[in-house]
Amino acid sequence: MFKKITRRAGKLTAIAAAGLLAMNVQAADPIRIGSFLSVTGPASFLGDPELKTLEMYVEKINKDGGVLGRQLELVHYDDAGNASKARNFASRLIRSDRVDIIVGGSTTGATMAAVPMVEQAKIPFISLAGAVVITSPVKKWVFKTPQTDRMAAERVLNDMKARGLTKVGLISGTGGFGSSGREQTLAAVQEMGGIEIVADETYGGSDTDMTAQLTNIRSTEGVQTILNFGFGQGPAIVTRNYAQLGIELPFYQSHGVASDGFLELAGSSADGLRLPASPLLVPESLPESDPQKPVVEAYKSEYEARWNSKVSTFGAYAYDGLMLAVEAIEKAGSTDKEAVRDALESIQGHVGVTGTFNMSADDHNGLEADSFRILEVQDGGWKLIN
Amino acid sequence: MMASFSQFRLKGLVFLAIVIFALPLFITNPFHYGLATQIALIAGAVVGLNLLVGFAGQISLGHAGFFGMGAYFSALMTSNYGWSAIPALVVGAVGVAIIAWAVGRPILRLKGHYLSMATLAVGFIIAIILNNEREITGGPDGMPVPPFDVFGWELSPFGQYSLFGMEISGDLAWYLFAGVVLLVAVWLAQNLIDSPIGRALRSVHGSEVAASVVGVNTAKYKSLVFVISAVYASVMGALYGHFQGFITPSVASFDFSILLITMVVLGGMGSTIGVIIGAVVLEVLPQVLADFQEMEMVMFGLILMLTMIFMPKGLLPTLTGYLNKRRARSAGGDA
Repeated sequence: MFKKITRRAGKLTAIAAAGLLAMNVQAADPIRIGSFLSVTGPASFLGDPELKTLEMYVEKINKDGGVLGRQLELVHYDDAGNASKARNFASRLIRSDRVDIIVGGSTTGATMAAVPMVEQAKIPFISLAGAVVITSPVKKWVFKTPQTDRMAAERVLNDMKARGLTKVGLISGTGGFGSSGREQTLAAVQEMGGIEIVADETYGGSDTDMTAQLTNIRSTEGVQTILNFGFGQGPAIVTRNYAQLGIELPFYQSHGVASDGFLELAGSSADGLRLPASPLLVPESLPESDPQKPVVEAYKSEYEARWNSKVSTFGAYAYDGLMLAVEAIEKAGSTDKEAVRDALESIQGHVGVTGTFNMSADDHNGLEADSFRILEVQDGGWKLIN
Repeated sequence: MMASFSQFRLKGLVFLAIVIFALPLFITNPFHYGLATQIALIAGAVVGLNLLVGFAGQISLGHAGFFGMGAYFSALMTSNYGWSAIPALVVGAVGVAIIAWAVGRPILRLKGHYLSMATLAVGFIIAIILNNEREITGGPDGMPVPPFDVFGWELSPFGQYSLFGMEISGDLAWYLFAGVVLLVAVWLAQNLIDSPIGRALRSVHGSEVAASVVGVNTAKYKSLVFVISAVYASVMGALYGHFQGFITPSVASFDFSILLITMVVLGGMGSTIGVIIGAVVLEVLPQVLADFQEMEMVMFGLILMLTMIFMPKGLLPTLTGYLNKRRARSAGGDA
C-alpha cells in the first residue's frame, strides 16, 4: 500500500516537473518584478490590497502581451510588517532571485530597512510607504508613490486658510502615523506662516475616550478649528466625542481615516468633517476634465470586479508603483538597471490613481500637495470639495 | 563521570567550530551569508537565554527587551554621539546589566507564571519606550545604524576585505566575525556551566528548596544568571543592529521574545548546541516556507506542533537519546 502511494507520488512529481519545465520554456526570459509587502501582521490592511493589485495587473499586462514583448514575473514575499524580515527578503530578491526592479515596502520601517541594501546593489526600488524620510534626502535608487504626510498637512492648512481659519487646535495619536503627522504639521505651520497651532494634545493608540483632550482644546482661547492626525480606531472615537461634546468648530481629519470603514465606525457624528484624500473615494464626482478620472474609475471597477471587495487607497499605491515601473522599463527599452533608474527619474505627467507624477533628480516622489482632494462627509458619504 | 561530561561539551564546541568554518565551502550566494550571520548572532543571544531557562530553570518572556536595548544603545551612541562601536557595545552591556540586576532582584522572587508575567511586563515596557520616544529612537519607523567599526576599521556587509592574503566580501567577513562571536559565547557559557556557579544553578533548577537547604544562595545565583543572560542579549543585539544597518522597535517586541524562548525549547533546554540548532531551524524554516505563500504559517505551526508532540525534550536531546539507545542495543546484540 505504502509503496503504491510513493510510486504514485513519484509519478505526480515527474508530471509536475515536466509541467514546470514546459512553462519555463514558454515564458522565456521574463522581466522579474520583486516585491516584499506586509500581507500578514499588523500592517496587513496595507499589504493585502497591494499584493492583490500587483498580482492582478501583472496578470493583465501579461495577457496584453507583456512589456517590451516580454512577460512579467512577480516574485513576492510577505514581511509581516517586520523590518528585519523586510531586509532579508530584499536581500533575497536582489541576490538570489535577481529581480530587475523592486516594487514594495508597505511600511516606512520595512522600506528604510531595505534601503541600504538597495542603494548598494544599485537596483531601482519603488516604495509604497508614506513617510518623508524615504525620499528626502533623495536617494539615488529609491522612489515612492504615496504622498507624504507633509503634503497632507499642507493641504489641510491651506484649506483652513482659504476658509479664514488661522488658529488651529491640534490633536494627534501617539502611534507612528499620528506622531509623524504631528511633527510635519508643526513644521508646515512654521514654514507657511499666517496660521498657528494654539493647542497641541495627544492620545494613545488604545485610548477609548478623548473628551478630556477635546475639552482642553475647546477651552483654549481663540481656537477656530480642530485637526486630528491619527490612525485606526482613535480618530473615530475623537469624532464621536466631538459630536457628544457638541463642539461647533470646523473639524478636520487626516488622510489616515480616508476609508469607508471609518465612516461606519464614526456614524452620523462624522457629518461635516473635512479631510484630504485620494480621488479614489469619489471617482464619480470628479469633473470630466480631470485627467485622473478615467484611471481612477478603471482601477476601482477592475479591482472590485476581480476581488469582490472594496477598493482601498493603499492598493492604488501599488498600482501606481507597478505602472511607473512599466513605463520606465518601456522608456529605457531594456531592463538595464541604470537605464531604468534614469527613465524613472525623468518620468513626467504620468497620470496615476494617487496623482500625477512628475519625477526629477531632486524629487523622487513627484506628487504635489494638491493631488490630495479635500472631501467633506455629508449624509454618511464623501463629497468632493476641491 | 565529570570528565566525560566536560569532554562531551568540548566535543560540541569543536563540532560547532567545524560547522561554522566549513559552511562557506557550500555557500555560493551572498544572501545565504547574510542569513547565516543573522542566525549566528541570534543564536548567541539564545545561548545566553538558555543559561537562564535551561540551567537555572527560570523563565524570561521579555528577553527581546534586553536585545533591543543593546541594539538601540549602540545605534544611538555611534550615530548621534560619534562613539566607536566597541565602547558603545561595552557601555550598553554594562547598562543593561545594571538594569537587569535592578529588576531581576525583585522579580526573581516570583515563581512560575508570576515570574513569566513579570518578565513579560519588563519586555513590554522596553518596547513601549522604544516605540514612543520618537525624538530619540525614531519611533516605530526605526533608525539607521552605522557599520561596526574597530579602531577606525569598518566592517560593513557591503565592503571588500583581505584576510590572510585572500580577497573576501563583506558578507563573508561579517559571517566569520559572527561565527567567532558565537564560538566565544558558547565557550563562555560552557565554562560557566562547568563552574561551581553552574552547579549551583543546576541545583536551583532541580529543587530550589533543597538547594537553599544545602547552603546555595539561590537569590544571588538567580539574579546573577539573569544578568549574564541579559548581557548576552545586549551584546548580540548591538552587533545585530550594526549588521542590519537599520533597526525598528520590532527587535524588542514580544513576538521576538517568544521566538527566542521557542528556539530554546525547540532545540532542547539545557543543551547549548541544541538551542543553536533551534535558532537555525526557526530562522531557516520561514525562508524555506516563503515559497509556499499562504500555507507558510500553517506549515510552520504544524512543524512546531509535531516536534513538540514527538520530541518534547527538544530536537537535539531527543536525537542523541535515540542514537545512544540504538548504540546500546547494538552493543548488547553483539555480546
